[in-house]
Amino acid sequence: MKAAVVVFPGSNREHDVAKALERASGSAPKLIWHGDAGLDDKYDLIVLPGGFSYGDYLRCGAMAAHSPITRDIIRQASSGTPVLGICNGFQILTETGLLPGALMRNASLKFASRYVTMRVEATNTMFTSRYKAGQELSVPVAHGDGNYFADDETLDRLEDEGRVAFRYVKGQNPNGASRDIAGILNAKRNVLGLMPHPENATDPLLGSTDGKALFDSLASAIS
Amino acid sequence: MTEATLDQALEHGLSEDEWKRILRVLNRTPNFTELGIFSVMWSEHCSYKSSRVHLRTLPTKAPWVIQGPGENAGVIDIGDGQAIVFKMESHNHPSYIEPYQGAATGVGGIMRDVFTMGARPIAMLNALRFGEPDHPKTQHLVSGVVAGIGGYGNCMGVPTVAGEVNFHRSYNGNILVNAMCVGLAHTDKIFKSAAEGAGNPVVYVGSKTGRDGIHGATMASAEFDDASEEKRPTVQVGDPFTEKLLLEACLELMATDAIIAIQDMGAAGLTSSSCEMADKGGSGIELDLDKVPCRETGMTAYEMMLSESQERMLMVLKPGREPEAERIFQKWELDFAVIGVTTDTKRLVLKHKGETVADIPVTALADEAPLYERPWEEPKHPASLGAAPAPKDVGDALIKLIGSPDLASRRWIYEQYDTTIMGNTVQRPGGDAAVIRIDGTNKGIALKCDVTPRYVEADPYVGAMQAVVETWRNITAVGATPLAITDNLNFGNPQRPEIMGQFVLAVRGIGDACRALDFPVVSGNVSLYNETNGQAILPTPTIGGVGLMADVSRHASVAFKAPSETILVIGQTKGHLGQSLYLREMHGREEGSPPPIDLKAERRNGEFVRSLIAAGHTTAVHDISDGGLLVAVAEMALAGNIGAELHLPAEATPHAFLFGEDQARYVLTVSSTMADRIVAEAAKEQVPALKVGATGGAAIVVAGSQIPLSRLQDAYEGWLPKLMDAA
Repeated sequence: MKAAVVVFPGSNREHDVAKALERASGSAPKLIWHGDAGLDDKYDLIVLPGGFSYGDYLRCGAMAAHSPITRDIIRQASSGTPVLGICNGFQILTETGLLPGALMRNASLKFASRYVTMRVEATNTMFTSRYKAGQELSVPVAHGDGNYFADDETLDRLEDEGRVAFRYVKGQNPNGASRDIAGILNAKRNVLGLMPHPENATDPLLGSTDGKALFDSLASAIS
Repeated sequence: MTEATLDQALEHGLSEDEWKRILRVLNRTPNFTELGIFSVMWSEHCSYKSSRVHLRTLPTKAPWVIQGPGENAGVIDIGDGQAIVFKMESHNHPSYIEPYQGAATGVGGIMRDVFTMGARPIAMLNALRFGEPDHPKTQHLVSGVVAGIGGYGNCMGVPTVAGEVNFHRSYNGNILVNAMCVGLAHTDKIFKSAAEGAGNPVVYVGSKTGRDGIHGATMASAEFDDASEEKRPTVQVGDPFTEKLLLEACLELMATDAIIAIQDMGAAGLTSSSCEMADKGGSGIELDLDKVPCRETGMTAYEMMLSESQERMLMVLKPGREPEAERIFQKWELDFAVIGVTTDTKRLVLKHKGETVADIPVTALADEAPLYERPWEEPKHPASLGAAPAPKDVGDALIKLIGSPDLASRRWIYEQYDTTIMGNTVQRPGGDAAVIRIDGTNKGIALKCDVTPRYVEADPYVGAMQAVVETWRNITAVGATPLAITDNLNFGNPQRPEIMGQFVLAVRGIGDACRALDFPVVSGNVSLYNETNGQAILPTPTIGGVGLMADVSRHASVAFKAPSETILVIGQTKGHLGQSLYLREMHGREEGSPPPIDLKAERRNGEFVRSLIAAGHTTAVHDISDGGLLVAVAEMALAGNIGAELHLPAEATPHAFLFGEDQARYVLTVSSTMADRIVAEAAKEQVPALKVGATGGAAIVVAGSQIPLSRLQDAYEGWLPKLMDAA
């Protein structure tokens, strides 16, 4: 696997996801600074990590969505390269339009950092093939703006097309997201955005390894 | 330049004697800019003029100490060429006036202290004190402080992993926000602040300088009164995004060998950073203030020197290395400006618009700062407590205690802090100490901060010792070997002899405990004048400790793991109820002397517990502190969702045995087959060990009461959300 983790000013979970990818695939991804030459076609996975790109100023993900490197990401996503956006990465993906909807301030108006249980809703994707349908995962969340919102028509379409990848189980929604949505796919199913941090649930010493299969799925789909 | 006057000096918080001292060391009258510089450098906050003579008595050395007090942070060796860099600092006064920004910039400031030394911050802790829960400001202050700590730390990408919170009426007008940062560095890449050598470029990096925070250090060196809220403009505004860039840029530059010295601009900004660097390096510094990046036009020399704008650093580079440094800071989109040069004159010389606006011998600002041996008096010791009344029902008492302000769950707070980032948080908040794996190794560090202010108020010497031993015990209880501490000494007005007496005796207590436990003080901070209208806070010497374990997978935690295990109490239970939470919460009495400290027993019992953990004999371990044995057992039961049945010794007075706060004690669970062997081994080591019951069921059964875990859970988890959500 040749993965690229794109680092914006203010990204802060790039090393966490890089370690999870390396553990799953055996090869370390390349960390790519947004201001460097751009993203050429040699990568077979692009990851947008968690953090506070541009300080979350203006709106979470809004400025990163207009960074020159993001044009390369959009082009490659359109040509089928898998793209994974976690937390701030998910916010950036909705700001670029690669994924529909928006992530609003948590309904509690507070940052939410805790383990939540989410259910795998779609297993026919390169991100989730190693999970069982309906499997429940314990994964940490850490965000202030994870309240997924889209109009009813969009939400219905996501449901009908099987594009809701992960859903918080009843009573575990940490942010007020519509229909308990934790992660969604694009129509071509090569772009996944999710708020929880599977990369921080890959080490038995830290409590949960439920996020590991996501990276294993990618490693086996791409290798 | 017009000459400054005595009246202006008094307005700057200097005394008439201090004004005369300035005239003497300068041998002339200072101008207004120079007066400003003296006023901040000689403020209590920067000069430690009331505390220094006492702080010198603290033990600061051990074979594993690389850097003790005197630099931006302390440094200890954890083997394999790795070092832990840590310090705790207060941001009390600003946090009361503007809780979000005050707390946020407190976090930012202590992080800079740590990464200035070449360390990447890997964990944050905080110790918070608020007024009475139903005081009209408390809810607003809690909510703002917690959001500010989270807002800054979360954006920086550093997990906030442990802390403590108390509520007491003495903090109604002066809350305490003490933040501790822990960083990881290489032992051969520790950066210091001594600007040695002449002719080297002095470089300013980070944010631009604005008019915010002017006189912050002076504000932090005075009492509050009813007009204190007018001081809001002296509170700085934090920008964690810029600090994150500054962190990455500094660490990138530190990977080269271009830096001679580096110092963050904290309290008193450009003034204290330039003076301290020159003073430690035995050099002088000449600055051209026209080159200082400014946020606003028309800033005067006085404003630039006294600004406390955040996220700024001052560095001295090797000559010729400016271009490569500049490239790094440009990459991170930060200001970079060569604003001066080191000299051999030992003078701080400032030029602005072609004029020399200040010319002061560096030693006058640093070494010749006033130093006071303030008069102090021994505080009155409280009468010892007679027999304390028993509760009607032990179960009701437990429920009341576990849902009381000082014991209830802090989940509402710590769930606003990112605890999992960096992927090394082995033990998150809620246990005795946080456990953080050292990335890429099997080593772990244990971190905790502690103090019990009501004990310190009742007896400053014993209470301060207790703060040290409780920190030591919490680190021991997760299986780590305690190595060193940072201290954050929060007190009232040192010009009152009774307050100074608290301070002097507390420092003595810390010193004695640290010596007995080989637990040296490597960094610290003093915050005085925590008073409003003459009402001082409870004396609060917060201790932040760091411990090390060779195999982090062997750490212990508080949760009961399985039913039918034996519950052991290590350490002697006498049933000391003086100054206990039981007495305060059940009977409304803050009376008696704090529990006595036996440092030899602490060490013996702690080493015994640590050896059991290392040998894998324990399944759960918890230190016994606030609320006593029964509260500790209840916390273990709630964490593991497994109940317990306790049997008291026949001769014990139940409520004293269950709620007494005797020190040097731990609760352990062990397999029932191991219990007798452990009790026998303890006896050989002169360590008291007592079987008090067994785990199991869904209730705590004790002294004729049966308390369902669900009721305990509701009381424990319910209190803080109820306080905070009642708007």
